[in-house]
Amino acid sequence: MSNRLGRLAPAVGAVLVLAACGESVDPRQETDAGADAETGGDGGQVTLVMESWRNDDLAIWEDVILPAFHDQHPDIRVTFQPTAPDEYDAALDAKLSGGTAGDLITCRPFDVSLRLYEDGHLAPLTDLPGMDAFGDVARAAWSTDDGSESFCVPMASVIHGFLYNVEIFDELGLTPPETEEQFHQVLDTIAADGTYAPLVMGTADQWEAATMGLQNIGPNYWNGEQGRQALIAGTERFDDEQYVAAFTELASWAEYLPDGYQSLTYPDSQNMFTLGRGAIFPAGSWEIALFNQQADFEMGAFAPPLPEGQDACYISDHTDIGIGMNAATEHPEEARTFLEWTTTAEFADLYANALPGFFPMSDHDVEVDDPLAQEFLSWRDRCESTIRNSYQILSRGEPNLENQLWDLSAQVLNGTVQPQEAAAQAQAGLDRWYEPQQ
Amino acid sequence: MTPLRTTEPPDGLGVDDTAASGAGAAAPPAARPRRRFPTHLIVFIVPAAAIYTIFMVYPLLDSLRLSMFAPRDGVQTFVGLDNFVHLLTDDLLSEAFWNAVWNNLVFFAVHFVVQNPIGLLLAALLATPTLRGRGTYRTLLFLPTTLSVVIVGFIWQLIISPVWGFVDTPLLGQSSTALVTLALMSVWQYVGIPMILFYAVLISIPDELTEAATVDGASAWTTFWRVKFPLILPTVGIVSVVTYVANMNAFDLIYTVKGALAGPDFASDIMGTLFFRTFFGFQLQQGSSTMGATVATMMFLLILAGVLLYFYGWQRRVESYQL
Repeated sequence: MSNRLGRLAPAVGAVLVLAACGESVDPRQETDAGADAETGGDGGQVTLVMESWRNDDLAIWEDVILPAFHDQHPDIRVTFQPTAPDEYDAALDAKLSGGTAGDLITCRPFDVSLRLYEDGHLAPLTDLPGMDAFGDVARAAWSTDDGSESFCVPMASVIHGFLYNVEIFDELGLTPPETEEQFHQVLDTIAADGTYAPLVMGTADQWEAATMGLQNIGPNYWNGEQGRQALIAGTERFDDEQYVAAFTELASWAEYLPDGYQSLTYPDSQNMFTLGRGAIFPAGSWEIALFNQQADFEMGAFAPPLPEGQDACYISDHTDIGIGMNAATEHPEEARTFLEWTTTAEFADLYANALPGFFPMSDHDVEVDDPLAQEFLSWRDRCESTIRNSYQILSRGEPNLENQLWDLSAQVLNGTVQPQEAAAQAQAGLDRWYEPQQ
Repeated sequence: MTPLRTTEPPDGLGVDDTAASGAGAAAPPAARPRRRFPTHLIVFIVPAAAIYTIFMVYPLLDSLRLSMFAPRDGVQTFVGLDNFVHLLTDDLLSEAFWNAVWNNLVFFAVHFVVQNPIGLLLAALLATPTLRGRGTYRTLLFLPTTLSVVIVGFIWQLIISPVWGFVDTPLLGQSSTALVTLALMSVWQYVGIPMILFYAVLISIPDELTEAATVDGASAWTTFWRVKFPLILPTVGIVSVVTYVANMNAFDLIYTVKGALAGPDFASDIMGTLFFRTFFGFQLQQGSSTMGATVATMMFLLILAGVLLYFYGWQRRVESYQL
């Protein structure tokens, strides 16, 4: 008895080792093959796997975007293989080092992708036909610091602003605010009524406080690109008054947030707003698709309200998604064919309309049907675009400015750090490692 | 028991040349059983040892090795203990590290003073001879242990959410309460483990002992503390050290509920989450496998120190009784 078990154990061990090495079969590949039957019997077909963190977009890629590509290129089959957003970077890193990553890589903006390029994991795409459809600003997020080499095709940007519940605004006789003074009046009116939370946001996950809070309203304070470049050049400091003022405005939101906002997570706030329990949602345009599905009331959007005495408006039009090629792919030709297709007007049009709220960065004229997305997009015409100031270069050292801003913005809203002190801490972080600021 | 096979000695394994060669058959029969290598030991030990070595010992040693390297000009170079010096002297890193160590100790302390006494109490109640429906209680109390941490985290987050749940205070959102709240969520989940261990010992105590105490006029209270508790004491030690190891390695619940930044303001950051951020990076923070390995080594050393303290400070002194 025991002897037999003893001999069984190595076999069990071997099975376990094999099981650990094997890759599980993705059931989606089956349905994918069925969806496009005309290419089913083709023996020479090449399959490309696309890594992404946009697991929300799985259906859109598989049902809308990829079939359009497959129709034109029956010999290439692209499989969309997303990972959870907060695990994507770590998982991708591990897969690239282990040689098991997909052929196409969805690129985070700036340093994360730049490092992948420098480590030789992303192939250079400077000479990819169609890249001239993108301007310098769009390409900056996926280019070397001097702008000479590009390694990802810019896919989409997201715009920050505020979404509001039109029914609540009508009920309380409110109009979307244009200045910060009006914004606070609107918030006060909703708070006085008492039925709804004026502003729906929590600080439990921290990033919303920075991304939808500080980086949303901030560009109006530091004059968009001008201030962002000045921080990088070292001619402005994070403890200058415009940054303190941005933090101060953010801190003033605290009294309008829902009760217990300190433990409100991002999905909590999304649900609160779409259930109609709150009036205004500091948002990124990426919310549009989900909110259109979930909310059964009409929504409107307004751009970040202008601080007193300011005429020019600035919006955060953040370069968010690019797509590149794994340098170690076995099918570089096919991967380039797909990337080239992503630079076309056809792709831009499909993408913009399948994913309202993700705006293509190419200079093709794209008609967006969704009214909310149109509203966000219209701000590009009257306001100056900029990107989040912590993304380029300034998050390379320790402490990293982006993570610091998450923590500080959340704490400013929680009331545990004063705006002045938050700005000073952010500057102290930069002082520590960033030469132009020292 | 299957009798050991007496034919076919394995080639050369521990058997000297003369015995293994053709001359073996002519060797004196009396000497043979003594010289034969116990093959079955290998069969028993090798699978476990191989799996343990491949999946535990090798990764552990490799991470110890990795902690003494650092990337220099893109090449991993041996730097001795530099990483450790950096971890303990750099103002940013050492602050994060000691904050994580302290939080981790608090996390463990909550388990130690809440989970284990409650486990003991529940076990004592379960072992009461007059209790009815024992199996049902035992199953219900043990059930949370089998649940996924993700589910536990999600359910408790909803229960104590100021928006959807029953508690108005944002327990998970304040730096003063977040860590203890998380620890108590974990206590709720894992209280079944000490309970079942204590329970197993309690029901193995012979009735004669408790009956004798009763005859001598001892109350139930006295019987528990003077007769049963000394018999449980070795298990208390084991439960404590298991709690220590499990909690110093904790990660999943905090990552599930608070994310890798373990907010607010790192109030719930423990060594597991610090390791995760250091090793894999987070958002725009880039990971460093060597510094991550350094944090992992420190975790290992802290756990090792705790376990050694237990072995030399407690287990050798506590008296075990043969029942």
